[in-house]
Amino acid sequence: MKTKKVYVYRSFERFWHWLQAILIMFLSFTGFEIHGNYTFFGFEEAVRYHSIAAYMFLILIIFAIFWHFSTGEWKQYIPTKDNMVAQMKYYISGIFKHAPHPTRKTVLSKLNPMQRLVYFGLKIMIIPLSVISGLLYIFYRYPQSYEIKIISVESLKVIAVVHTIAAFLLVAFLVVHLYLITTGETITSNLKAMITGYEELEIDEDEEVQIKEQAS
Amino acid sequence: MRKIIGAIGVIVLVIVVAVGTLTTRTMKPTKIDLLKEEYSEKHQPAVDHSLFPQLNKEFASAKEVTAECITCHNKRHDEVMMSNHWNWEREEYIEGRGIVSIGKKNAMNNFCIGTQGNEKSCAKCHVGYRMDKKGFSFTDPNNIDCLICHDNTETYAKAPNAGGDALPTLDLNTIAKHVGTPKRTNCGVCHFYGGGGDNVKHGDLSSDMFYPSRDIDVHMNVDGMDMECVTCHKTENHVISGKMYSLSSMNHNRVFCSDCHTDTPHEQQILNEHTVKVSCQTCHIPTYAKGKSTKMAWDWSEAGKLKDGKPYHEEDSLGNHTYLSIKGSFKWDQNVTPEYQWFNGTARHYLEGDVIADTTKPLIMNELLGSYADSESKIIPVKVHRSIQPIDPINRILIQPKLYSDSIGVGAFWKDFNWKTAATEGMKDAGLPFSGEIAFTKTEMNWPVNHMVAPAEEAVSCNECHVRENGRLASLNDFYLPGRDYSKILENIGFATIFLSLIGVAIHATIRFISNKH
Repeated sequence: MKTKKVYVYRSFERFWHWLQAILIMFLSFTGFEIHGNYTFFGFEEAVRYHSIAAYMFLILIIFAIFWHFSTGEWKQYIPTKDNMVAQMKYYISGIFKHAPHPTRKTVLSKLNPMQRLVYFGLKIMIIPLSVISGLLYIFYRYPQSYEIKIISVESLKVIAVVHTIAAFLLVAFLVVHLYLITTGETITSNLKAMITGYEELEIDEDEEVQIKEQAS
Repeated sequence: MRKIIGAIGVIVLVIVVAVGTLTTRTMKPTKIDLLKEEYSEKHQPAVDHSLFPQLNKEFASAKEVTAECITCHNKRHDEVMMSNHWNWEREEYIEGRGIVSIGKKNAMNNFCIGTQGNEKSCAKCHVGYRMDKKGFSFTDPNNIDCLICHDNTETYAKAPNAGGDALPTLDLNTIAKHVGTPKRTNCGVCHFYGGGGDNVKHGDLSSDMFYPSRDIDVHMNVDGMDMECVTCHKTENHVISGKMYSLSSMNHNRVFCSDCHTDTPHEQQILNEHTVKVSCQTCHIPTYAKGKSTKMAWDWSEAGKLKDGKPYHEEDSLGNHTYLSIKGSFKWDQNVTPEYQWFNGTARHYLEGDVIADTTKPLIMNELLGSYADSESKIIPVKVHRSIQPIDPINRILIQPKLYSDSIGVGAFWKDFNWKTAATEGMKDAGLPFSGEIAFTKTEMNWPVNHMVAPAEEAVSCNECHVRENGRLASLNDFYLPGRDYSKILENIGFATIFLSLIGVAIHATIRFISNKH
């Protein structure tokens, strides 16, 4: 099969990805300072920056949701069992023997079954967990006399613990994600693709026609 | 051309809007500006007492001045005679014991312990004359000491150990002609010297507050707002607002910062949200006893040592008594960081004759009630005064010793230095049983800190509480404090997950690297 430089990641997708990457790293950094693990900005500034970044993240998420649905890209994240075992075998042993990637990457199916599962989990579990607990962290109210508040909590502890769980999971994801982007055709091909949008992909003739049609 | 005109138009519009919004913002007065304006108007007396002919005479005694006051202010003495300053007791509801009469008459403290049997000396701070344990008439209005509060010459003073009588050397004619609203000096002569010396009791009320600098107290600052005590302690009909929980128990007639400053005084919303659980004083009084030292600990068990058969005293480098034969040994401190407690405005008290259930733990003389879970409670700064004081170990009640007397041989500890006779006489005066045994027990007394408010820039910063170790709130553990608290299990699992991810990635990468080489 021949390969061709294909426009895989569109400009908004790349913008969204990188801004999200920066925000998650910054939120983790300021978040763990607020959590008391180290001092860098100082508690007051860390809280301020964390809140600003949180609002930016929220706006970005709203745009990203709109983008996913308006482009139909959301379908890329629906988990599938097809090829799952093969993909796992590849990461466990195939990769060391220079076996070919078991899942072919195309514009319409950018993610392998494991990526689908992990990103799906990220999108519908970990990030919502982080965002919802984060919003409660900002907007919770203590019960007050003569005042009825909807978001009143007896204790911040549950909110804080859930928010911390999400934070640990996100950092663990980040570690593995940063490593796995080096497992493309070459070490940097995935990174380059996410920067430029273009990636050298194997394509069959149908796809070639499709791509040409899209371009024209 | 059109484009250029359009662009210039837009730029001009932006400038106009920017200037407009920025200038309106600076023009709008802040809450604090409005308050400053309101309180910068000084009180103007309605009358000039020096023009009244009936005050223009030679008074033989301060009591005669009072009589003259009452001829015009012919209802005010009724108000005074219903006040706490006069009665030294009032009915209060105490949680767990119901409605009781409580005041200096029957409450005990861990400084000079109590007034009973010592009235003649203690009455130096009573708004009346002729106090004696037997002879004092609480019903004679002429015994009211109007001048201790209303003298504006700063020359009036009471004599020591004279049942509250005025010094005999005063120029009463001048004093009587210059009376008015109480000044800081009027309140201060008693309230700054409680416990027998400058700043002994409160810690946040010392002679430094007569004419404080901005650093000592931002409100009373003589170069600033120069506010008086009664500016905040607003008074109607001689009922003075505000209270001290050394003797009070009920959540009423209190003075709050928010009475003027509102519950949302900060520009930053996140700080305003703190006011639900944190009192203003907690952040805005980072330290107390900013000038004069305050007494932090008192050991009565050391009292009574004599040198060559005579009582003596020892001082530290600042002139604070560290030992007095009549009182025991003391610990002093200045620029003290408060301790912090939850407080909902109610307190329990140890009253004379209360049997102590557990004598192995320190007895808390006035327990401040409250907790995180109680929506009425806020965190407040507290001076805790720790003592070792006499107890009857058989009856398990605190001893009210007779301390003061004019003469030797009637059992007063300050004359005879004998605990047994002092306890026998004191307990007899108080009408309490005494087994004849004396021991010493640890006690703690809580003094909420409300004065010596620091300038805003010196307020406690976030990281003094929101910190893992040794924060100001380290001892308040009934709630989750961000930055301090965390789930230990989660912390271990979380970091283990990240660590294992790193290890996994490292191993995978190493095998890839090696297999690539082959």
